Amino acid sequence: MNLKSSKELSLTVRSGSDIVAVRQQGRELASHLGFSDVEQIVIATAISEIARNIVEYAQEGKIQIASLVNSGKKGILIVAQDSGPGITDIAQAMQVGYTTGKGLGLGLPGAQRLMDEFEVESQKGKGTTVTMKKWVS
Amino acid sequence: MRVPILKQGDYLIASIQSALSDEDLLQLRDDLAEQVGKFRSRAAIVDVTVLDVMDSFAVRTVRAIAHMIRLRGAETVIVGIQPEVAFSMVQLGLTLGDVATALDLEEGLAYLNQQA
Repeated sequence: MNLKSSKELSLTVRSGSDIVAVRQQGRELASHLGFSDVEQIVIATAISEIARNIVEYAQEGKIQIASLVNSGKKGILIVAQDSGPGITDIAQAMQVGYTTGKGLGLGLPGAQRLMDEFEVESQKGKGTTVTMKKWVS
Repeated sequence: MRVPILKQGDYLIASIQSALSDEDLLQLRDDLAEQVGKFRSRAAIVDVTVLDVMDSFAVRTVRAIAHMIRLRGAETVIVGIQPEVAFSMVQLGLTLGDVATALDLEEGLAYLNQQA
């Protein structure tokens, strides 16, 4: 895939107010890229879910948001990275309702439903990286 | 930011003014559960018109607010969920369950007055 990215932002997430800040900035970038109002909200909601996972399970992590261009199509790339405990069983973590925390077990599967592309990489004890993309329709 | 709670007759109105962090939402939950007793309110209206994101935590907390207030003997109506927010909630698979909702503050008040 020929991916070019510009307009990047990188934010550290470690508190409830960071979750609000990162989803707001993600929404702004999505708006610049030409996403509709509904899509902007959908993207901001997905960012909120994965940012909360960072705070809840890893305490601290980083979220990078960038624009994408792929054969004329515009999109948004969101990468959430932490050095937390990692996920032992990714397939299980992707199931709706499964949680080891205090939430609804909707974070990862929920974010996946909201985005076009979604990938989780994790190593026990080393951390988790969630990569997700959405294209302007 | 702490959400201001107005007392209007038998009702409490929590009028959210800006984006809320998780901590702000939990504070609102505790404030409402306390004030419903303090003012002997029959109902609480939570106006979420300005919220542009209602993710799983926000929805869970709103549900908790409604259930706590019911246990305190009063009713809750959530008003002002924006169409884009409703769309995202449905995509995400989130529901408010049996929590009452209304289009806006006016409809919320009308709903409660009907119940009286």
